[in-house]
Amino acid sequence: MVISRASRIGARVVRELLSRRGPSAPLSLGASTSLARRHLGARRQSSPAMQPSDKLFQGALLQKHFFCSTTTADGAHGGCDEEKDKISVTFIDKDGEEKQIKVPIGMSMLEAAHENDIELEGACEGSLACSTCHVVVMDVEYYNKLDDPTDEENDMLDLAFGLTETSRLGCQVIARPELDGVRLAIPAATRNFAVDGYVPKPH
Amino acid sequence: MAARGMTMLLRRFSSVSSNPLRVCVVGSGPAGFYTAEKMLKRHEAAQVDIIDRLPTPFGLVRSGVAPDHPETKIVVNQFSRVCHHERCSFFGNVTLGSSISLRELRDLYHVVVLAYGAESDRSLGILGEELSGIHSARKVVWWYNGHPDCRQLELDLKNSQTVVILGQGNVALDVARILLRPTVELATTDIANHALATLQESSIRKVYLVGRRGPAQAACTAKELREVLGIKDLYVGISESDLLKTPADEEELKNDRIRRRVHELLSKAATSNQSSPRSDQHELHFVFFRKPDRFLDDGHGHVTAAHLEKTALRGNDSGKQIAVGTGEFQDIECEMVIKSIGYKSVPVEGLPFDHRAGVVPNVGGRVLCDTSGESAIEEGLYVCGWLKRGPTGIIATNLYCAEETVASISEDIDRGVLVPSLSKPGRDGLLQLLDDRNVRVVPFSTWEKIDSEERRVGSLRNKPREKLAAWDELLGFCN
Repeated sequence: MVISRASRIGARVVRELLSRRGPSAPLSLGASTSLARRHLGARRQSSPAMQPSDKLFQGALLQKHFFCSTTTADGAHGGCDEEKDKISVTFIDKDGEEKQIKVPIGMSMLEAAHENDIELEGACEGSLACSTCHVVVMDVEYYNKLDDPTDEENDMLDLAFGLTETSRLGCQVIARPELDGVRLAIPAATRNFAVDGYVPKPH
Repeated sequence: MAARGMTMLLRRFSSVSSNPLRVCVVGSGPAGFYTAEKMLKRHEAAQVDIIDRLPTPFGLVRSGVAPDHPETKIVVNQFSRVCHHERCSFFGNVTLGSSISLRELRDLYHVVVLAYGAESDRSLGILGEELSGIHSARKVVWWYNGHPDCRQLELDLKNSQTVVILGQGNVALDVARILLRPTVELATTDIANHALATLQESSIRKVYLVGRRGPAQAACTAKELREVLGIKDLYVGISESDLLKTPADEEELKNDRIRRRVHELLSKAATSNQSSPRSDQHELHFVFFRKPDRFLDDGHGHVTAAHLEKTALRGNDSGKQIAVGTGEFQDIECEMVIKSIGYKSVPVEGLPFDHRAGVVPNVGGRVLCDTSGESAIEEGLYVCGWLKRGPTGIIATNLYCAEETVASISEDIDRGVLVPSLSKPGRDGLLQLLDDRNVRVVPFSTWEKIDSEERRVGSLRNKPREKLAAWDELLGFCN
């Protein structure tokens, strides 16, 4: 089907673009793929047989439209006119360091983390097939504003390390205006891991 | 004194230079790749070589994850990026123990990390285990996933109506699901062609999943259980009486979200199902509180039934409930038994090994000289993954396992524990040695050609890929 094929191509474009950012980029995929897929599905009807130069151009368009953030490397946007469509999100990494970023409405926390070089794993790239993008919502009021996790998300949360009462998968938390100011902690990996391989059962 | 000062100066590994930290990771599954990724990130002077005995990388992500779980395989994208890193190389078709010895590797590299997993099986140690028709789940999984070692596995599905699967972990459920899913659904996955053809001629109608303990102790997880319960037009047999929880069960479940949700799913399935199967329906039965006592022979060396002993649960000293035989027995007639009771690692020459636990003795990933508990450390030798922890956990478990092993390596470098000698031959030395022995090394670029060909043929058959499952086909891609 054309739409799904176009979104796959778009996803590949984004991936190619991100992979060209060089060794300083996080080694996990910037999971803009799922965002790209959503938007591409809605807008693009392009022919499947694209030339390489077309792909790069389309990718550049994507990057400009959807990943417009104040932390882009080139800073050449000259004032993004989509400021009001962003919320403020603070990530707390496993060493306790805080980083506040701006996240466009509609972007997942996983994509936002990767866009901003925050070390959040995303092994399955947002497909609900792993638990590596596990984040802890620091304030229960924000946690309660989120839609309940689906069975599929709960199945993956079962396997997350350091699971808490306010844990969610980062790929399933989508930026909305009411989440402005949310604080998300990335669980400390090694703290929960014992030498004998015992994984403490989540409470 | 002056010599020591000189050593300390020269000991520092510097990046561009003459003295990179040479690391070899043995095994290219999740443990190997997460270790390589973290070493590259943490040590700007590190050059990492990943070797694997197969021509294809990714370990169990390629040969263990079920064909109908493609999202679980997406992580290979991340692993491929590691191989494209300028300081990393992959060399397939290189076997530790035959292409090169552990001693030789340790001479070539400052750091050797063994992450080669568990390629053998626990055995039951009971009568009849050698009868034909009895298989290890590991081999069945390799067979349907196109692993070249199991291409020729003779699984007589055509002449089998009933299969008993021993074990109720995710591997057991995967095997049950592949045996029971309509083959038209499997035909659009990356299942190996020879397996699909055999499944299309299968006569299997009944599958039993047999566990020694109860539903509160079943080792599977919710997603896999949901999937197997949701197979189209499948009759699922679960006895409601098995689902009654004892106070000890309640106590266990209280602190275990995974087991709690599994128990809920099993309870719902027990009460909601139709009362008995139609004659044309496939059946999946969950059998609890039974442990295998022996296998019965049909008189021609082939299994004809599993002789099971009923069990009861008793708390042991560590508060865990274990299954104890009651002296009452039951037979389940079958033409095939698949043992899914756990994998086991394989030792190599020169490697300390704990045969009881089936792992390499280690502390935080640093290999110990023996299992005495008072042992010294084997310098420069580390483990990660199943070889370190035993064969449990998910792909993500290796993230944390690698974090720990890499932290140990980093500490050892900082404290000067690692490596008295100044430089090691590393990659050049490895390739020279392998060339002298006429070993056909498969670099990542060759794997990419294999990958491309698999996807090309797959697209002709409406599959994501058509796996090349024969050694000679795979090695044929080397020039």
